[in-house]
Amino acid sequence: MAEKEVKLFGNWASTYTLRVEWALKLKGIEYEYVNEDIPFNKSEELLRLNPVTKKIPVLVHNGKPLAESLVIIEYIDDTWTKGYSIMPKDPYDRAQARFWAKFADDKCMSAMYSVSTSSGEAQQKMLQEAREAFQILEQALGSKKFFGGDQIGYLDLAITLLAFWIPILEEIVSVSMVDNENAPLLKEWFTRILDVDMIKTSLPPRDKMYELSKQRREQFFSGQI
Amino acid sequence: MCSNGPVLLDFWESPYGQRVRIALAEKGLEYEYKEEDLFNKSDLLRKSNPVYKKVPVLIHDGKTICESLIIMEYIDEVWSDKVKILPSDPYQRAQARFWADFSNKVCECGQRLWQLKGEGQEAAKKEMIEKLRLFEAELGDKEYFGGDNFGFVDIALVPLTSCFYTYETCANFKIEEAAPKIVAWAKRCMERESVAKSLYEPSKVYDFVCFLKKHFGFE
Repeated sequence: MAEKEVKLFGNWASTYTLRVEWALKLKGIEYEYVNEDIPFNKSEELLRLNPVTKKIPVLVHNGKPLAESLVIIEYIDDTWTKGYSIMPKDPYDRAQARFWAKFADDKCMSAMYSVSTSSGEAQQKMLQEAREAFQILEQALGSKKFFGGDQIGYLDLAITLLAFWIPILEEIVSVSMVDNENAPLLKEWFTRILDVDMIKTSLPPRDKMYELSKQRREQFFSGQI
Repeated sequence: MCSNGPVLLDFWESPYGQRVRIALAEKGLEYEYKEEDLFNKSDLLRKSNPVYKKVPVLIHDGKTICESLIIMEYIDEVWSDKVKILPSDPYQRAQARFWADFSNKVCECGQRLWQLKGEGQEAAKKEMIEKLRLFEAELGDKEYFGGDNFGFVDIALVPLTSCFYTYETCANFKIEEAAPKIVAWAKRCMERESVAKSLYEPSKVYDFVCFLKKHFGFE
């Protein structure tokens, strides 16, 4: 059976890994999960499967490895064509979904990271840029229930990591990146998406992530990472 | 000129724009080309790509599509009756997407290579060589990254090859020594009309980069 030959290499704290897990769950695909001790203790097997970027997540299907979470999600949708449809069908809608997923990764994630690793005036500047980025991202949502429309789709899977991380970082850094002033609809979507059963039950514990983020931030400022 | 056909907002030297030009040519599609002055961007560009205000932008059926690799996938899906750019097999298609995305990292690395000096430039050079060697391992002895078929990864990477002379001159090294198969592959690609018509002479690219260096104070 194809399902028995699906293996996912990831990490419990990696929201990129979760993206892939959600895609597998939506399709009802059974898989074996291998937790990697990143970043300093990656397994030989991971390095053999992804010698190019050496990163998780890596999906192995029928012995063939694939890396990059968004590439993997599209592969899952292309391969298991029955059941839940993750990508939109129309070429323009697909282009839009890919565009906004890239914007979320390139601009929003890095903006969020810059806010949490800066201080003083520099942080104020980063915060302003981050708030603008999220305001722009909200355009992709509009008044829809989810980015995918009435049900969650590719873009929801891609962006949920922001819904999880932003409130945690806002609390640690004492700033507001997404609120009723710059992105009210996006803020409502954060609540909605984190309440989806599949997502709610698979996210790592918030307090554990809070402590991990706080620790990483302290390590960053003390020059350890 | 086809009034309902696609319109491409672009800049002659943009490797990202060149990707789209090559893809359109491979598909045999007619389109209207509009050259942008990147120092004086048009209202049309600002309106068509309000998020980044960058080229290339494809305007088709009243809609705008941005980001070169995304535009290429759109073209392949809309004009699916023409020669395929992406493989039909899902695994090969995923691999093509992975490598095409990785070629963006080569481009970013190349920019650092001509913008920086000293240690920064050395680091960029080392990274460039490492990445090109990875591409070389992926190419192997195939004619193209797509095997017998010139495709998505070939189109994504080939515009960067006209920047090779610029990288070599700025950072004093020879790409052929590090990645001879890539250089040979680039020559093969240049025999294709779509590529030859879309890329510019390496010396012209170098002159333009020198102009950019002076203009933005990278000297």
